[in-house]
Amino acid sequence: MRHLMSPLDFSVEELDALFDLANDIEFHPKKYANACADKILATCFYEPSTRTRLSFESAMLRLGGKVLGFSDAGSSSASKGESVSDTIRVISSYADICAMRHPKEGAPMVAAAKSLIPVINAGDGGHQHPTQTLTDLLTIRSLKGRMNNFTIGLCGDLKFGRTVHSLIDALVRYENINFIFISPPELRIPDYIIDELKAKDIPFKEVISLDEVMPELDLLYMTRVQRERFFNEEDYVRLKDFYILKKAQMDHAKPDCLILHPLPRVNEISVEVDDDPRAVYFKQGQYGVYVRMALILTLLNIKVD
Amino acid sequence: MLKIGKIEQGFVLDHIQAGMSLKLYHQLQLDKTDCTVAMIMNAKSNKMGKKDILKVECDVNQLNLDVLAVIDHNITVNVIKDGEIVAKKELILPKEIRNVLKCKNPRCITSIEQELPHIFVLTDEEKEIYRCKYCEEKSDKKF
Repeated sequence: MRHLMSPLDFSVEELDALFDLANDIEFHPKKYANACADKILATCFYEPSTRTRLSFESAMLRLGGKVLGFSDAGSSSASKGESVSDTIRVISSYADICAMRHPKEGAPMVAAAKSLIPVINAGDGGHQHPTQTLTDLLTIRSLKGRMNNFTIGLCGDLKFGRTVHSLIDALVRYENINFIFISPPELRIPDYIIDELKAKDIPFKEVISLDEVMPELDLLYMTRVQRERFFNEEDYVRLKDFYILKKAQMDHAKPDCLILHPLPRVNEISVEVDDDPRAVYFKQGQYGVYVRMALILTLLNIKVD
Repeated sequence: MLKIGKIEQGFVLDHIQAGMSLKLYHQLQLDKTDCTVAMIMNAKSNKMGKKDILKVECDVNQLNLDVLAVIDHNITVNVIKDGEIVAKKELILPKEIRNVLKCKNPRCITSIEQELPHIFVLTDEEKEIYRCKYCEEKSDKKF
């Protein structure tokens, strides 16, 4: 039995197979409409997350399966002091697969160790959020047509942004990827990531100005500055609108430069950019469902001819 | 100069960083045994200036070498039989260690589920970096 705790749990070849399946689902949804007819997905969400939970539920429903679960710790037995290990042992007899989000880092791994059903980490604190990374990779592969030979700009909160860190970890496994880190000095990418890139001889540069590098980019991954990461409201207010991507900047971007964002967006991308065909962040949400459908099928070992 | 006699059976831990022997005594759980223990602190050392030494009279197999290696792999372990040094044990950093290092990340699952073992994995042998198996937080190796 297999679980998904980190995006690196799958080899590059396994990811290729997963993405091939996701693309097949995208183009032939009817073929998969009853693939999980007798299966139940448990969504165990110990903290609220509308987007991720609904994406998992949509994925299972589109596969013809059923869904049960809870959407915050208050409505689960955790509020009575039950351990994650005990909860998953019980859930194992209620469902066939489980997606777990937990504010404590490593909780899904603890669950997986005792679980009788596959567990998917749907986000554990500031640690991992593998299905977001799989979504990002599938979006790039589907819309760019390749997973190598490009320059990607990562912009915004590169210090605390866990989606950025996971995406870098996943992308370094592909060939000829050039990273440009765009952030204010206070939110620059952590040194340990820089050290890893240097050790692997992967090209990168760090800049403050987005305008300066816009024409070089094949992909731009925007992120939100998260209020909850700051101890000091003043710092948050000062940095939250440091980058606002506007239509005028898009004029300097390559004609095929894609704009991605893990969402939700606040101010960092102006709504006037939404209609630009290169803005693919809403399409990304759609790929999030396809990749979760492919993941459910893969972990449940269900093959559809 | 203070003189401490020879031990007949057991081990001598030499080249302990000065001031660390008491912590080591607890980490090795020697306080839970009835072995005779001599703790020498701030002894003169040509190599280190000052050092601590622990002499423990017990079966050498009682010694958890993994704990020692994580704390300080430069410690010399001399095995004593019939009052003589019969072997020196090499300290090798263990790949994984349980319940020696504590995860101090307040966001780690171990912070709320007390019965979970604290497991650390060696992720960089050269830099001697251990990370929590659950949250991957780097250990500060403060005991």
